[in-house]
Amino acid sequence: MLKTFPKGGIHPPENKLTSSKIIKRLAVPKMMNVPIAQHIGIPAEIVVAVKDKVKIGQVIAKSGGFVSSNIHSPVAGTVTKLDKIIDSSGYKKQCIVIRTDVKDESNFEEKEYPLLQEITLSSKEILQRINDFGIVGLGGATFPSHVKLNVKEGTKLDCLIINGVECEPYLTADHRLMLEKSEEIIVGIEILMKALNINKAIIGIENNKKDAIDLFKKATKNNSKIQVAALQVKYPQGGEKQLVRALLNREVPKNGLPLDVGVIVHNVGTIFAIYEAVQFNKPLIERVVTVTGKKMENASNFWVKIGTPISDLIAEVGGLPEGTRKIVNGGPMMGKAIKNTDVPVTKGTSGILVIAEDEASRGEPKNCIRCGECVYVCPMGLEPHLLMNLSEKGLFERASNEDIMTCIECGSCSYVCPSDRPLLDYIRFGKSIVKKLQTSKN
Amino acid sequence: MTDSVLYSVLLLVSLGVIAAVVLYLVSKKFYVYENPLIGEVDELLPGANCAGCGSPGCRSFAEKLVNTEDISNLFCPVGGNDVMKLVAAKLGKEVAEKDPTVAVLRCQGSCDVRPKTTEFQGPRTCAISAMIYSGETDCQYGCLGDGDCVKVCKFDAMYMDETTGLPVIITDKCTSCGACVEECPRDIIEMRPRNKKDLKVFVGCLNEDKGGIAKKSCAVACIGCSKCLDICPKEAVTIVNNLAYIDPAYCTLCRKCVDVCPTHSIIETNFPPKKVKKVEEKVVVEKKEKVAVVKEPIVEPVNDKTDA
Repeated sequence: MLKTFPKGGIHPPENKLTSSKIIKRLAVPKMMNVPIAQHIGIPAEIVVAVKDKVKIGQVIAKSGGFVSSNIHSPVAGTVTKLDKIIDSSGYKKQCIVIRTDVKDESNFEEKEYPLLQEITLSSKEILQRINDFGIVGLGGATFPSHVKLNVKEGTKLDCLIINGVECEPYLTADHRLMLEKSEEIIVGIEILMKALNINKAIIGIENNKKDAIDLFKKATKNNSKIQVAALQVKYPQGGEKQLVRALLNREVPKNGLPLDVGVIVHNVGTIFAIYEAVQFNKPLIERVVTVTGKKMENASNFWVKIGTPISDLIAEVGGLPEGTRKIVNGGPMMGKAIKNTDVPVTKGTSGILVIAEDEASRGEPKNCIRCGECVYVCPMGLEPHLLMNLSEKGLFERASNEDIMTCIECGSCSYVCPSDRPLLDYIRFGKSIVKKLQTSKN
Repeated sequence: MTDSVLYSVLLLVSLGVIAAVVLYLVSKKFYVYENPLIGEVDELLPGANCAGCGSPGCRSFAEKLVNTEDISNLFCPVGGNDVMKLVAAKLGKEVAEKDPTVAVLRCQGSCDVRPKTTEFQGPRTCAISAMIYSGETDCQYGCLGDGDCVKVCKFDAMYMDETTGLPVIITDKCTSCGACVEECPRDIIEMRPRNKKDLKVFVGCLNEDKGGIAKKSCAVACIGCSKCLDICPKEAVTIVNNLAYIDPAYCTLCRKCVDVCPTHSIIETNFPPKKVKKVEEKVVVEKKEKVAVVKEPIVEPVNDKTDA
């Protein structure tokens, strides 16, 4: 019996259409729109001015505080303007617009770094590099990695978990990365183990990626510190708390972090970015993005520079198919529908999903029939139907007492609801209000 | 037979007497003094419990009025100056006089001038729409059209216009309690002073985008061209972030700005209709001669019927 988390969860159709497609490198676009808020926390502060020449990897926006991150120029070129551009939230956000210098060869050389296994830096230097090179969690939440790794002295920490679950349907970016960069990822894990001074790491991979599991098992055969664990396929296993529970049978406290039970969780994409940053001083300026959809014939995975407009990605796979109804930034469960294709790829963009008419529409909400499906599937053990009602009626204090803030917004409740009730929409709304109330109280 | 009737009557009477004595003693023992003024002031207040004053209801506002020394910063927007004067007379305190206000909608983005570019299928409330994304149109500042303000209005002073997709404020019913101002996630509704004829001039747009982008998303958007700023004789217009704002404290309702606005985003309400045709003819004929001639009809008194 494979491991998994015990409470709730669903198994939507996997639709991993692009799992056999090798990651291609997307041509560098002419214009890059680099948002300054690509991470959770304080937006970065712009340190370039219009008409400045920038090099690849140069810091263009400096971390604005502790929970913040540096942002580097993805290309060599000229800053043409500092403007507000629509991002995946639908609102205009501050961006640095850079025109790519077509004459600069550094933009177009495909640098393939050799495998470098020797770790020469000390723990402190490693953490400093992760901070300097703008590494954030690439699983989707974009939490600055140096904050996660900033473990207070005396904290009991015994295990590093590598998240290779990729439980979202359609997405295959992490899967491909694991297949193509397995050795680098293992070095990355060793770097982090050294930085955190721990001797145990577990790579958690869902059982629908058997090739990746075999590959890692083979690669870690002689390495007693790193284990590979196959997991039952279940959404949302990629959630930190669910993964910790599945792999180590430890329950993360409801308002706590995995650190409270001695664990740190990192996504494989983040591990690879850390490897490149620490070994080759490469900042986080590109990531793997899956461009997919049932009607997309050339759906594939791409190495994409941060700041590339999504329209470039869609053009690369042959444009939007007829009958497109929705373009989602991210996976179908947690992704966000975007308003137009000028939205730039950010550090948190794991996939672009193009959905046709028949799959895009939501049903008309009907009355709750008290079937309890939403309670049954909630991985956090909440009562989504109750939280929705409380948010709808404005009873936020009670919603807060019913632990609305522990909701991880996985959307399982809305997915299974036979009455098509907009559970997650209302819960998100309730969360935003409760958060406001909490901050105003403090 | 008569005995049983007598006994039961006696029993009930004695029970009643005992209960009355107990109640009397308890009420004496646990008597809480309340200033009788509170009740009297509460009588004077409108009793709508709209919370426009900042207190949860009229009763608690009355308590506040009675218990606070200086009530010059407390005001009942629904009752207005009349009620506050009565309260002041009752309490012997000074109250500040405020100009009456009325809610105005600072968005004209109806369906025909502000085309929908996307479709939202989630729950139709402005609060959720504003949180999840920027609305169905390309304007991220304008009305979302889901009517949260209408739902929150306790005076039936608002309704949704089906054809424009925008809420309408019935100024006669508006008590300026401010519930809609608070509810609107986009801060579109503003309280503006209301004079006797309810004449108002204000910018009916909140779009802070640069001119071209704003115009593209909505035909009647303020493009920040500063024509109103230049023509305003009283310096009531300010332009911040490509958006004009008319300060009611300085505006004299001359309406010069309304006529120069190229996108018609400045709204005038309740002014008598102008002699539109005549003005247009004049403009066409004398356009090339002098700018001043174009301006002339604008300041012309409108009620001059003998002229026509």
